[in-house]
Order: sequence, then structure tokens, then C-alpha cells
Amino acid sequence: MVTATGYTADEIMTVTAARSLTSDTACFVGIGLPSTAANLARRTHAPGLWMVYESGTLGAEPDTLPLSIGDGVLAETADAVVSVPEVFNYWLQPGRIDVGFLGAAQIDRYANINTTVVGDYTDPEVRLPGAGGAPEIAASCGEVVVIVRQSRRTFVESVDFVTSVGHAGGPGGRERLGLRGRGPTRVITDLGVLEPDPATRELTLVSVHPGTSLDDVRAATGWDLAAAPDLRTTEPPTDGELAVLRSLTGR
Amino acid sequence: MIVPLDEAVRELVRDGDTVALEGFTHLIPVAAGHEIIRQGRRDLTLVRMTPDVVYDQMIGAGCARRLVFSWGGNPGVGSLHRFRDAIQNGWPHPLEIEEHSHAGMANRYVAGASGLPFAVLRGYVGTDLVDRTPTIAPITCPFTGERLTAVPALNPDVTIVHAQRADRAGNVQLWGITGVQKEAVLAARRSLVTVEEVVDGLEPVPGQVVLPARVVTAVAEVPGGARPSYAHGYYARDNEAYRAWDAVSRDRDAFAEWLRTDIHGGAPATREEEPTW
Repeated sequence: MVTATGYTADEIMTVTAARSLTSDTACFVGIGLPSTAANLARRTHAPGLWMVYESGTLGAEPDTLPLSIGDGVLAETADAVVSVPEVFNYWLQPGRIDVGFLGAAQIDRYANINTTVVGDYTDPEVRLPGAGGAPEIAASCGEVVVIVRQSRRTFVESVDFVTSVGHAGGPGGRERLGLRGRGPTRVITDLGVLEPDPATRELTLVSVHPGTSLDDVRAATGWDLAAAPDLRTTEPPTDGELAVLRSLTGR
Repeated sequence: MIVPLDEAVRELVRDGDTVALEGFTHLIPVAAGHEIIRQGRRDLTLVRMTPDVVYDQMIGAGCARRLVFSWGGNPGVGSLHRFRDAIQNGWPHPLEIEEHSHAGMANRYVAGASGLPFAVLRGYVGTDLVDRTPTIAPITCPFTGERLTAVPALNPDVTIVHAQRADRAGNVQLWGITGVQKEAVLAARRSLVTVEEVVDGLEPVPGQVVLPARVVTAVAEVPGGARPSYAHGYYARDNEAYRAWDAVSRDRDAFAEWLRTDIHGGAPATREEEPTW
């Protein structure tokens, strides 16, 4: 739905996510919303963004949005195409990728991510696709950016299954597990932007999108959401960003 | 060496086998999967990093007893509903699962190809997969004392992949996104490769992987055998077919009709005789 502001909630989410990527970044890109945002960043303010897809395409520069992580356009435009064992063992595992860009089906206050099941593992309400590359992306990238639509269904007190570790149980959680990357540093939704509190590691609202209130975001969150004292309003998408995004998504 | 697809499947794939059909979005051996359905194979342990539409079809057709995997979805579209129906409702019969991450599965194939009993990686730590999957275990580095993760080798009874070309001696050439196919073939006891074409000589291509004939049990020439996935240099991914699968997959009756028309050519489904050789 395009509101009076001239853009949709998904569009401001994607544009805001794209802005968190810089031109000198190596980014491990998941399919769907992360891929759309990363491709938008590369076509706007971050032309040097080095996109890595788990199919083994390093430095892909697709001219259209891929539907899968292994579309032919990724291989045709990549700096190098390597095997799947190589992309995980030689590129991701040693910490060569700055940012992992992930989606989520459920996320909790410590940004732990579930993409495996809703409900009980052995008798699930909804069986989801599973882990894919996410557990090691979340563990080994320099940092992780999550892009996910916000509701009480997705923002839950406790995830039904920890597929990918965020800040585990709170302060020092990642360090105790021996995880090398910094974990999720930003969660971008259709309502606002959340970042882990430096002390508690709990996801805290730092920005709301224009027209959204703190109460709106709290109503869409399954825990008692904290807000930063200097809560900001997200800078709306520019006409230029929207034009590029719409040329990518075909609307 | 170069045989018709039905004959290759009849000889190489047996009820109860552990079977890996690999292909990471590209070069998925779809026609071979359909032939396995057509021949009515049962009780298979299906292995694949990214079970997508063809595994949804094989699971819905009742070929699988167990699935070893790391991501089961319709890429860019959503869920696999035959896979979901098997796990959530036991239809057409219950499906056991052994679930990993991509890094874990890739390393399991590498160990299998390397003649090692297990592989080591930095992975899984802190995730609930550790508790749910018995083939994930902690291990301590004997040199540094670091805590790492071990996963056992995968050695399928048979691995099936699709490639662009083979020569008449059975040497196989593939290029583009080559995924984990080399490791999956080298890890397997037997292998079947379907190819777009059999040629007199393999012209070198940048980024190619060559599987020497001595590790390939059989080659079958199946032009278009990876559709609706793609074969780099031959045809593009049919994204519309992936989107269209969603509606068929959601509905048991629509799926049964797909089996009848697309797999069995409109004839009633019958089970072939057991292979005699």
C-alpha cells in the first residue's frame, strides 16, 4: 500500500536497510529482502559493494534481481565463481566477509533467529525451510544486519528454535560461545530500526519510520520493547532511491 | 557407460539406498528425479543441501523414508508443501529428517570425498541444531585446544548430478555454478550423470569442473534434463515454473494429477518390476 507519503512500508524498510551498507563492504547476501536491499545499495550510494551469494558467486553484479541465490545472472557477472565448500570454508569461516545480511521468521529480544520451525520441533505447527547458510553467516561475518517485517508473530519473547545465534542470552553470550563476529548490530523492519543496547545487548528501538509511533512498534513486539532516549525518525526514502528500487522490483 | 536414463536409474538406484541428487540452483538433475518416481523407488534416504521442487515431488510421490538436508524451500517463492505435509502430517507417509547447515553439509561431502570419517568446522555452536541432530558433535583441536564442531562424512550409495557435456568415454564437464557436485560424486559409491549432450571432445571452458570417467558409473544424455532449473550456456532458469509449482504443491489432489499427467504420461501409476541385475 502506498500511503500519503508516496512509498510503502516495505519500501522504507528496504531503503533503510540498503543505507546500512557502504561501498567498501563485503556482504554475504541472503535471498529475498536482503538481496533486494543489497542490490539497491550497490546501485545507489555503494557502487563498490562486494556481494557474495552462498552459491559461490563472489562479487556478483546482477543487472536484474535474482529470484534464487544461484540465478545465472549472478555467475555471469561475478568476479569469481567458487564451489560451495570453498565459499563457506575459505571465505565465510575465516572472517573475510564484513556484513551478513539475513532475514528471519522469528527473532527474539537478543536477536536470536529462527528459520526452522514454528511450534515443537518434532510436531511443528509450521515447518520452515531451515538453516541454509545462516548459522555460520551469523557466527562468522564481522557483523549481521537483519531485515524482517515486524509483528507479534515474528518479534517473540523467545524463539521456538535457535537456528542462528544473535546475542545468545545477553551480555557476554557470544564470547562464551566463542563466536568471532559481533553478531546482529541492526534490525531493520517495516516500522523502524532496532539496535542492541551496548550494555544489555537487548534490541532497542532507535528509529521509527515517519508516521509510526513508539506505541505502534510496541504493539508489534512480543516483549517489553525498550526505546532509545534519543529516539529518531527515519529519514524517508528519496525520489532517487525509490526510482531505483522500483526499477529493481518492477513496480 | 553411456546408457538411456531409465536403464541407468534401474541399475544404479535401489530401494532403500542413500541417494544424493545435487545441484545448487543450477544443473539440478530433475529428469533423473522424475525417472526415480516413475520407477516407483521406495524407502530412499534422500540427501541434498537444498531440497527444492524435485525433492518435493519425490517426497510427495512416496519415494523417501528419510531426508538429510540443510535448506528445504522453493527458492525465492516460499515453502515446499509436499515436504511440509510429510513432516507435519505424515503424508503420504512419515519422513524422518536429519538437519544441518549448508556449511555442515558441504563439509560432510568434502570428508566423504576425502576418505575421512568426519570433517571439522566452526559452526552450529549455540544453535538448537546441536540438540536435534545426532550427527553434530563438539571436538577439541589437539593442537590449540580450540572447541570446534565435527560432522560425519556423507558417502551416498549413489550420487546423481546433471552436467553440460560428456565425451564418449564418459568424462564429464560442467561449468557456471558448480556447487558441491564434484564432492558429492567423489563421495559416492556409484554415480550417474545426466548431460545436455554427448560430444566427441570436451572443449575447455573457463571455470570448468571435469569429472574423469573413472569416477562416473554411468552417463545418460538428457537434453533439458535440468529444467526448470538451468544449464549455463544452454537454457535459463524457468522462474515462472518455480512460482507455478507453489499451487500444485499446496494441494494433494493437484499433486496427484501432476503425477498422473507429468510423470506417468496420463497412464495409471504402476510399480515397475524389481531390477534383476
